[in-house]
Amino acid sequence: MSFSFEEKTLILAIETSCDETAAAVVENGKIIRSNAVASQIDIHRRFGGVVPEVASRHHVDQITVMVEEAMNEAGVSWSDLDAIAVTQGPGLIGALLVGVNAAKALAFAHGLPLVPVHHITGHIYANRFVTELQFPLIALVVSGGHTELVLMRTHGSYEVMGTTRDDAAGEAFDKVARSLGLPYPGGPEIDRLAKNGKAVIDFPRAWLEEGSLDFSFSGLKSAVLNYLHNSRQRGQSVKAEDVAASFQESVSDVLVKKTMMAAERFQVHQILVAGGVSANSNVRQKMTAAANRRSIPLVIPPLKYCTDNAAMIAAAGTIGYLKGMRADLSLNGSPNLAIEDF
Amino acid sequence: MKILAIDSSNLVMGISIATEEKVLAELITNSKKNHSERLMPAIAQMTEAIGIRPEELDRIVVAYGPGSYTGLRIGVTIAKTLAWTLKKELVGVSSLEIVAQNGRYFNGYIAPFFDARRGQVFAGLYRSSGGRVESVAADQLLLMKDWLPKLEHLDQPVLFLSNDLSIWREALEKYQWAHLGTATQNSPRPGELARLGLEKEPVSDIHHFLPVYLRMAEAEAKWLANQER
Ligand SMILES: [Zn+2]
Repeated sequence: MSFSFEEKTLILAIETSCDETAAAVVENGKIIRSNAVASQIDIHRRFGGVVPEVASRHHVDQITVMVEEAMNEAGVSWSDLDAIAVTQGPGLIGALLVGVNAAKALAFAHGLPLVPVHHITGHIYANRFVTELQFPLIALVVSGGHTELVLMRTHGSYEVMGTTRDDAAGEAFDKVARSLGLPYPGGPEIDRLAKNGKAVIDFPRAWLEEGSLDFSFSGLKSAVLNYLHNSRQRGQSVKAEDVAASFQESVSDVLVKKTMMAAERFQVHQILVAGGVSANSNVRQKMTAAANRRSIPLVIPPLKYCTDNAAMIAAAGTIGYLKGMRADLSLNGSPNLAIEDF
Repeated sequence: MKILAIDSSNLVMGISIATEEKVLAELITNSKKNHSERLMPAIAQMTEAIGIRPEELDRIVVAYGPGSYTGLRIGVTIAKTLAWTLKKELVGVSSLEIVAQNGRYFNGYIAPFFDARRGQVFAGLYRSSGGRVESVAADQLLLMKDWLPKLEHLDQPVLFLSNDLSIWREALEKYQWAHLGTATQNSPRPGELARLGLEKEPVSDIHHFLPVYLRMAEAEAKWLANQER
């Protein structure tokens, strides 16, 4: 390839794919100059999940506030920037539209190039704030919306090797949490509860066909719901801590084994874990132990970069920018976007 | 003063660049095609066509609603982002007030509306005096069957202006006092939006300028109803 990934760059990125309004400025793809996030978690908690129309309305309220904060904190002016990157998808269409149109207005106003970014590549590149990427690598992206194993042979090259056939891992966390009467978002609540419980209940693990790198969590989810239902019917008291620990154990087992399977198959030099579920302490522990046994370097970003933010979009956008990816002013949000095109 | 006016509140997408004296450019389309894809390129083309750079604009004017939620967010997001980043003034105008301008020489009340499904309409009430269209009642969301008796009560001719007239034509033609707009009268003119934007005060807080939806998000309405129970 004729370009260098070491070029000096300064990118402003915008991310509004779900319920976080975020803007950030990143230098050379790995130095965070600012990272502003307005989270709507408190707003959506009373609904038990993200309500798209409510999220979209709040994005309009926060978008310029976050961009201003990101620019001020970074202490840069518009003429210092090389490009504006924005999450094109996947995500909630009404939410994506706010970020995309704000980014287009900024690109037009200041005559800056516009770089479209795939949200998942952002999660992967959050790891570049921790350490330089070593190729080939396998990245496990797990969140409320995604469960994907992505193989990268070099910067800006993404091959999906496994994906969920039904629910995303984070979705299963949210649903199980709700059935245990825990507030939204469910992931951290289950993690907390599980620390006081034991994984004594044998919930299923979906391995799928021999050698498959795909995932399935709907069976596990149903098994937990059935267990709770049956126990209640029989008048048996349920130890929620044990249910949480057992469920979490089952999810971790599958995530870790499939990731290791992929790591061995593609002889990777690095394993990355990203997305909201990578904040889970059980997933972190097991993944670390498994990677250590195989002596493969493992990178999991700090908690604050696991959830949605714009710094990661800027990091991935920097690679897209150097690869020459550009969008014109007709760029639109795409709720279902293929990562292979990035 | 150079003004950029943006209306993407409904199916009609309108853009205009104008000064106090002249409408320099005007674009109107009325189609189901995506506003998110078309609005920003159209603005860029228009400024280029008349040789104005973004920083030469003095004021951004936007139709803030009522209308399609998504359409409103696209227009308002672009308008507030441009105004904020270029450090220009921002003015919001009711989408219904733009349409009402087309009844300027009607002798009676002007009742612009947008269909809001399930028998509801976003409705406004205006009246022209001396060539100036004045608002008589606040824009509101209500059932057409509740709106019509109120208008009948005015005991004056009423001019209905709406691109959704076809949905309500039969219901309206029953009344002798009801007059229906022509195709050109029903279509909001972005040049009128620019002119209205000149007359109004700029907003004081661009950051928190929001569309006027006139309707709560469904989940929010349900949640509130549950709280009151
Ligand atoms: Zn995400």
